[in-house]
Amino acid sequence: MGNTVEIRWHGRGGQGAKTACLLLADAAFNSGKQVQGFPEYGPERMGAPITAYNRISEGGSGSSVHSNIYNPDFVVVVDETLLKSVDVTAGLSENGAIIVNSRKSPQEVRRQLRGYKGKVCTVDAGSISQETLGRNIPNTPMLAAAVEVSHVIDKDRFLADMEGSLRHKFASKPQVVEGNMRALRMSMKQLKVG
Amino acid sequence: MNINEQSKWYELTTGAEIFEPATSREVKTGEWRTRTPVFDKEKCKQCLLCVPFCPDVSIPVERGERLETNLDYCKGCGICAKVCSFGAITMEEL
Amino acid sequence: MRDRMSGNEAVAFAMKQIDPDVMGAFPITPSTEIPQYFSKYIADGEVHTEFVAVESEHSAMSTCIGASAAGARAITATSSAGLAYMWELLYVAASSRLPIVMAVVNRALTGPININNDHSDSMGCRDSGWIQIYAENNQEVYDNYIQAMPVAEHCRLPIMICQDGFITSHAVENIELLEDEQVRSFVGEYDPEHYLLKKDEPLAVGPYGISPYYMEIKKGQAEAMKESRTRIYEVAEAFAKISGRSYGMIEEYMMDDADFAVVLIGSSAGTAKAAAHGLREAGIKAGVIKVRVFRPFPWEELRKALRGVKAVAVMDKSEGFSGWGGPLFAETRAALYDLEESARPLLQSLVYGLGGRDVTVSTFEAIYEDLARTAEAGTVEHIYRHVGVRGDEEGIQG
Repeated sequence: MGNTVEIRWHGRGGQGAKTACLLLADAAFNSGKQVQGFPEYGPERMGAPITAYNRISEGGSGSSVHSNIYNPDFVVVVDETLLKSVDVTAGLSENGAIIVNSRKSPQEVRRQLRGYKGKVCTVDAGSISQETLGRNIPNTPMLAAAVEVSHVIDKDRFLADMEGSLRHKFASKPQVVEGNMRALRMSMKQLKVG
Repeated sequence: MNINEQSKWYELTTGAEIFEPATSREVKTGEWRTRTPVFDKEKCKQCLLCVPFCPDVSIPVERGERLETNLDYCKGCGICAKVCSFGAITMEEL
Repeated sequence: MRDRMSGNEAVAFAMKQIDPDVMGAFPITPSTEIPQYFSKYIADGEVHTEFVAVESEHSAMSTCIGASAAGARAITATSSAGLAYMWELLYVAASSRLPIVMAVVNRALTGPININNDHSDSMGCRDSGWIQIYAENNQEVYDNYIQAMPVAEHCRLPIMICQDGFITSHAVENIELLEDEQVRSFVGEYDPEHYLLKKDEPLAVGPYGISPYYMEIKKGQAEAMKESRTRIYEVAEAFAKISGRSYGMIEEYMMDDADFAVVLIGSSAGTAKAAAHGLREAGIKAGVIKVRVFRPFPWEELRKALRGVKAVAVMDKSEGFSGWGGPLFAETRAALYDLEESARPLLQSLVYGLGGRDVTVSTFEAIYEDLARTAEAGTVEHIYRHVGVRGDEEGIQG
């Protein structure tokens, strides 16, 4: 139980934060980990703040804990407008990191974070998805950023694995596979750490 | 199968299932009767109106003719006497 | 097969592997995904099940009763108000001794209106004559579902396979699945002795039970429920042989030498185990008892497991409004009545987790600390308490 990495996702209903959380669970599972991926449920409302969670452990029987995560190692913020209304760094480990979908630099974002001392990362997931997928669906780039920063999964294995499952899912639409893979790689590359 | 009100709990069928059809025949409701329909074959025109009116299906019909009331099941309600236009059925205390 | 899926998908997957004859269901959160996944299996031709889309849960259970009486293997899934709407039919299914298998995804029974997890729905119908088995995680709900039919059909009792709404139903976790053939041969073909469609044996089901028969029929149900314990163990033993995973009426975690224990049902047992594990490293002898089977009630197992423990919190995820504690507490306390006084633990009732209120490792740490204080004091100050209620001075905060 000691080697479990805990991740908290913040997003808005309809943006795909839950999907990204489940995709991370999937990817971690595929690389041999014990996983949990679950949303905090309530009445479902488009645009309302939501949270989703991952627990990822090396082998063994995994975590038996069934509660939300209050002291995460990493926090992923899919929508930066949440920084104003939600205390996204609450309980976040100072040895961990927060990853925010933003055009701003980590230094600028840090000013909005109520004194968080740990690592702050930003990636412009909106523009990346616009460029690679033609739409603003930030969850794919944010997933890649979460892998890049947290190291919960080997990066190359993650990319190979994502390619495999995308090819399976979009067998008749190779351009979608291509776009998503570019989104993942761009996000990992453009991630700013501060 | 002989299940009755003296049967022990383990002698009943599982789920109170009943394996015989038409067990209602064993309940002789004729015992409830205080007045009895008396059928006068001479006056009867065999119109058979009494037959569908009998709530206990106690008036047997054979080859288009009604027979004597089956007193095993007749509760003596008197509906047959009421609907008979020919006075062929009278209710009597026997 | 190593895989990962949510608790709802795990149940639907088990259903697919079993391929039952009839499913009557009406969707309700958080169980909706079960008929949803299963409908896809039907549409894809992976099962031969007849899906009866009904207009209410009352009709869903009626469908199952009709199908089961006719000789079919009948299943359904529901939650909360849906289960409540089945209420009168639950009793009809049980007294007609129809081995219907129902997946219950536990959710608070309104009100105020709430869609999150607690056990008030299935606890409310605990006395309806259904076997009730609860799961801690998706693995257990899958395993319990596969054991359900061999238990229910042998005992001729209907069975509820329960899991915690959202907490496990919507959480993706690792799972070990059995091969289809393993499941099919374990569950076997359904071959009832009597059924309505048996043409050589006319049959009436669900007769009026007048007073001279009614109690004898209820006694039959009561005896079947008592005996089902043996079958539950037999099936669990056979299941362990094919899966390597063992189950009983209860699960004891670090109970051998425990001074302090919590007794509870469902997903929070996993959280309690993590807390107990941590406290053991600090030298505190904490243990956990997870009640897997609530009906029939595991009174012998609990009496044995709790003998000599110093202080125990029996935790209910449903209110009893008895003014004295929840249903698990009341029955656990009754089970300990026959212990000699020196072996009887100090016992208290903790009502927790209602309507989705989260329970964490630190909540359990606070509970164990409180148990240690109770043991030290040698007396239970407040028997009936709540966990994490704001402004509750008699309760436990944490």
